[in-house]
Amino acid sequence: MLVTILNLVVQGVLTGGLYALFAIGLSISFGVMRFINIAHGDLIVLASFLLMTFANAFGLNPFVAAVMMLPAAFIFGYGLQRVLLQRIVGKNVLPVILVTFGLAIIIQNGLLEIYGPDTRKLSGGAIEVASINLGGLIDIGVYPLAIFLTAVATLAFLDFFFHRSAIGARIRAVTDDPQAAALIGLSPARIYSFAMGIVMVTIVIAACCMSVWSNFDPAIGPSRLLTAFEAVAMGGLGSLWGTLAGGIMLGVAQNFGAQFDAAWQTLAQHLLFLVVLALRPQGLFSKG
Amino acid sequence: MSARSVSAETAAPLLSVEKLSVYYDQFRATHDIDLCVSAGEIVSIIGANGAGKSSFLKALVRQVDRSSGVLRFAGMDLAAMSTPQIVAAGVALVPEGRRLFPSLTVFENLRIGWELGRRGPIDYKKVYEWFPVLSERADQPARVLSGGQQQMVALGRALLTNPRLLLCDEISLGLAPVVIGQLYEIIPKIRDSGIGIVVVEQDIGRSLAVADRFYCFLEGRVSLSGRPGDVDRDVIMQHYFGL
Repeated sequence: MLVTILNLVVQGVLTGGLYALFAIGLSISFGVMRFINIAHGDLIVLASFLLMTFANAFGLNPFVAAVMMLPAAFIFGYGLQRVLLQRIVGKNVLPVILVTFGLAIIIQNGLLEIYGPDTRKLSGGAIEVASINLGGLIDIGVYPLAIFLTAVATLAFLDFFFHRSAIGARIRAVTDDPQAAALIGLSPARIYSFAMGIVMVTIVIAACCMSVWSNFDPAIGPSRLLTAFEAVAMGGLGSLWGTLAGGIMLGVAQNFGAQFDAAWQTLAQHLLFLVVLALRPQGLFSKG
Repeated sequence: MSARSVSAETAAPLLSVEKLSVYYDQFRATHDIDLCVSAGEIVSIIGANGAGKSSFLKALVRQVDRSSGVLRFAGMDLAAMSTPQIVAAGVALVPEGRRLFPSLTVFENLRIGWELGRRGPIDYKKVYEWFPVLSERADQPARVLSGGQQQMVALGRALLTNPRLLLCDEISLGLAPVVIGQLYEIIPKIRDSGIGIVVVEQDIGRSLAVADRFYCFLEGRVSLSGRPGDVDRDVIMQHYFGL
């Protein structure tokens, strides 16, 4: 019994790493630009399809292909903010919803048009089935562990970047007070574009981890957005490490729910979210 | 005093503003302001709340919705430049209310000024010399500092851009008299390094005491200008309140 519970928790924690990866970019776009990007989940799916095409075209391992895609992802994110999303920054909530929802619909239908509705999955090779036995009690998959460590490493790098680099300080400055930044000659538009570039980099990392872990198709974006949103909201809006805590809680809740009934997997996730929202609406690690 | 003022007058002004009007939608905050500032000169702008003083300063760094008029700074047309270009060219604003970045450390706040500005004689060492307390608190978040210390960071951040023209918007606001005194001791030292300074204040006494020349704004217009010593205090008060 105890072993079963321990197993559920450990597997849930590892799944939480993937959810944290979904959530990091959303947390940055909310924390820095103060908007909820409804197309976030669809951007993850878009990145998954592009990764698949890129890896297949050159016969690359998906992990290698993903790393090679990161610079392009940064540039794409920078341009997306500069050309489109910057127009809705600082506006009220309606334009934000309309523009990002519209973007989500365009991505979903564009993918459907190009790739069709079939589910896909990328092959990660031997790492997918490798496992480690912990003390003869539980087995943990090497791949879920690698994803979890990727999430931790991504968060640690971003934490270091935001708090130790000069450009990180500029991003925090604009987050603190965009009007003051503009008054002293720091252009918020440029900083936001840079931040969106970082968001797209995290999206490609998440897409790579997801597309080897599970099936994906053009329609799954919104449910990824929901998971990311719940992780961000539970962890505390704008808190980076909070996304990991939120993701872990969702992963553990899913595992316990699934223990009762397969249908309870998703339900348990959403119920936990509602409970946390009711008890601590500002999130668990909110600074505010 | 007189030697410096004479040289300031003979040289072409660092900043010359002609017929500047600032608009917010239908509202016109300033009407045809003419004003000039020379290098190494302290120009004080006084006026009641809503006289258009802050709008004037914001117009100089292109942070107003709409304005008209000529803005010449060191041979450049400020009206055709963006705020980052203007700062890089040597105009720095100390905004009203200090407007530090509260979650950044004192050093990080200062570094943003250093990165955005020009290279010149002012470095961190110089700023710490003017405001020794900042070097002691360099690694603390700006939000934990007292109001006076925050104002020193705001001034230091602007000075580290190595400005040729420094714009100070109500730096005494909400501060204790002794702290205001400390800040105003620094202003002439900054001037003496050749920087042109515009000091905007509601507090007439403090800013006239330090100024080489002054302009009094009333309802968006220049109601009076001159040298503090040449104009009777009662006359200034009349033009300040529009009596």
